[in-house]
Amino acid sequence: MDDVDVDTEFIKETLKALKGARFKAWLQICAHCGLCADSCLFYLAHDKDPKYMPSYKVAKTLGKLYKRKGKVDRGTLEEMAEILYGNCTLCRRCAMYCPFGIDIAIMMSAARIICCSQGLAPDGLKATIENVIKTGNQMGMSTEDFIETCEWMAEETEEDLPGLQIPIDKDGAEMMYTVNAREPQFYPQDIAEAAMIFHVAGEDWTLPSVGWDCTNLAMFAGDTKTMAKQVKLVYDAAERLGVKKIGITECGHAYRACRFEGPYWLGFPGGEPPVPVVHSVELFARYVREGRIKIDPAKRVTEPVTYQDPCNISRSGGLAEEARYLVNALCTDFREMEPNREHNHCCGGGGGYMPMGPRFKKRRLESGRIKAEQIRETGAKIVIVPCHNCFDQIRDLDKEYDLGVKVVHFKTLISQMMIIPDDMKPNQQAS
Amino acid sequence: MYDLVTGPFAWVAFGTFVIGMIVKLVSLIILARKKDKVVFDHLDLGWSIRSIFYWLIPFGSRGMRQKPVFTIISFAFHVCLLTTPIFLLSHNILWDEKWHITWWTVSERTADYMTLILIGSAIFLVIRRIVSPEVRIVTTAYDYILIAIATAPFITGYLAYHQWFDYKTILIIHIISGEVMLIAIPFTKLSHMVIFFLSRSHIGSEFGQRRGSKTW
Repeated sequence: MDDVDVDTEFIKETLKALKGARFKAWLQICAHCGLCADSCLFYLAHDKDPKYMPSYKVAKTLGKLYKRKGKVDRGTLEEMAEILYGNCTLCRRCAMYCPFGIDIAIMMSAARIICCSQGLAPDGLKATIENVIKTGNQMGMSTEDFIETCEWMAEETEEDLPGLQIPIDKDGAEMMYTVNAREPQFYPQDIAEAAMIFHVAGEDWTLPSVGWDCTNLAMFAGDTKTMAKQVKLVYDAAERLGVKKIGITECGHAYRACRFEGPYWLGFPGGEPPVPVVHSVELFARYVREGRIKIDPAKRVTEPVTYQDPCNISRSGGLAEEARYLVNALCTDFREMEPNREHNHCCGGGGGYMPMGPRFKKRRLESGRIKAEQIRETGAKIVIVPCHNCFDQIRDLDKEYDLGVKVVHFKTLISQMMIIPDDMKPNQQAS
Repeated sequence: MYDLVTGPFAWVAFGTFVIGMIVKLVSLIILARKKDKVVFDHLDLGWSIRSIFYWLIPFGSRGMRQKPVFTIISFAFHVCLLTTPIFLLSHNILWDEKWHITWWTVSERTADYMTLILIGSAIFLVIRRIVSPEVRIVTTAYDYILIAIATAPFITGYLAYHQWFDYKTILIIHIISGEVMLIAIPFTKLSHMVIFFLSRSHIGSEFGQRRGSKTW
């Protein structure tokens, strides 16, 4: 039964280390009631094919690993990897529908750790991990390129906001802002928009030259070493610069990794990060509430708008109400998706699905059908979403399902709709 | 035989149930202390109580509201399972004779209906396991055995009360089946009768105290 391509000893050790009271109790008491089925977007998107129901997926992966005491061959592990990475986005919605509150996604994550250790993480995720190991960010961008991009964006926005700066490595700033590496790579405008908001809000902020990528795809791949390494880069940067808080861009899993999970990977007491972590949604809502950012009433969006609750911001982040406060400040015709808030469905691109690579694209769009239908029901023309994964997925869904919606981040709307104080306007500066 | 099953056997059954559950709970808590740091970092009384409460009252959670038929039947099943044996007149008489303890009882007619409701809902649960694809796919023989263990005391109790077949034999089978259920609880999924409170406390606190989200 020993398979040369599988490190059975390692799997056994990992399974043993993972099995605490939670896993033990969960695996033991699951009554096979089937109530988790309807909570799962994969199950719903595949016309209630029972193979996609959460409890079955755990039974076929982590459950099987424990049953066989880690003795599985490579073929079996490959089958498991297909389920773990391809049939679940770790959205944790099933935990809310299990009468016992069994956290199925946490068990799926644990099984991903086993598969990843045997080299079975999807290629797209593996590539980001290599990039993180080499450069500290998932896109493999050099520090020079990153700084150059920031300088370029500062120049671009200076016309509208003279004196705007994108400070790099400013010691003792109030907040260290961190971004998703997709921003300097593909959406540099995102950095410019955030800079404009911070400028107008009078925020004392900085970007670090190292540790600026707050994302953590290793968390979804199941690479425990790299997930800890990446979040440590962020914490270290914050401590080096002596900032009071870490700001997270509009990205869901980055917030979850830095705010909630990272402290456990690095052994911080109480599960709290060494420097407080705030998400953009919270930050922007605070600016608006405190009057540091004023929204021009004439510019408020009048078209129907809906809001996508990213799993790691609403369900696993608790920011559903903050987001609604912002949406209502920006729009006049807000329409909720049904269900919403902590009960909202994953967009179908979470859990690392988005960057897994072309092999998964068809399945990703299939699983996104539920989200596409939810959006269509609202009749909205604009979807606001504070998460890069959801953003890219909903844009793909828009094309696939012909939704006719525009997908935007909060910062795009806020930067366009905020009132620029007179003393910050270009002509005032010139006079 | 009757003296044996109501005497030493009963002691063994109640003893195994109580001690077994205590050992199980304590060992889980010790293991959690050692390996599940995240549980105690965030455990919160308010969130735990709400997480339990909304899943203990019918239709308290969104999941239950979406499945009204299952909710009603599973509540009927659990309520009858827990209350019928405790408030049954003849059980009280038995305990009074043996240990001089009694409490409120329900009328024999009510108990009879409750037994039928339990048996009926058990039949529903079995049929559901067979006909619903999402339940069938995760169902194993073990699940049927557990329903049988939980229902046997009621079927035999019903037969004994109505004195069908040989009363004495049925009565003894009834008592043994009740004892089997008690003994099975700590060692099987039936332990969810107590672990439910722990797992719900954890998930309620994990989402609530730690992240600010409801789990119902």
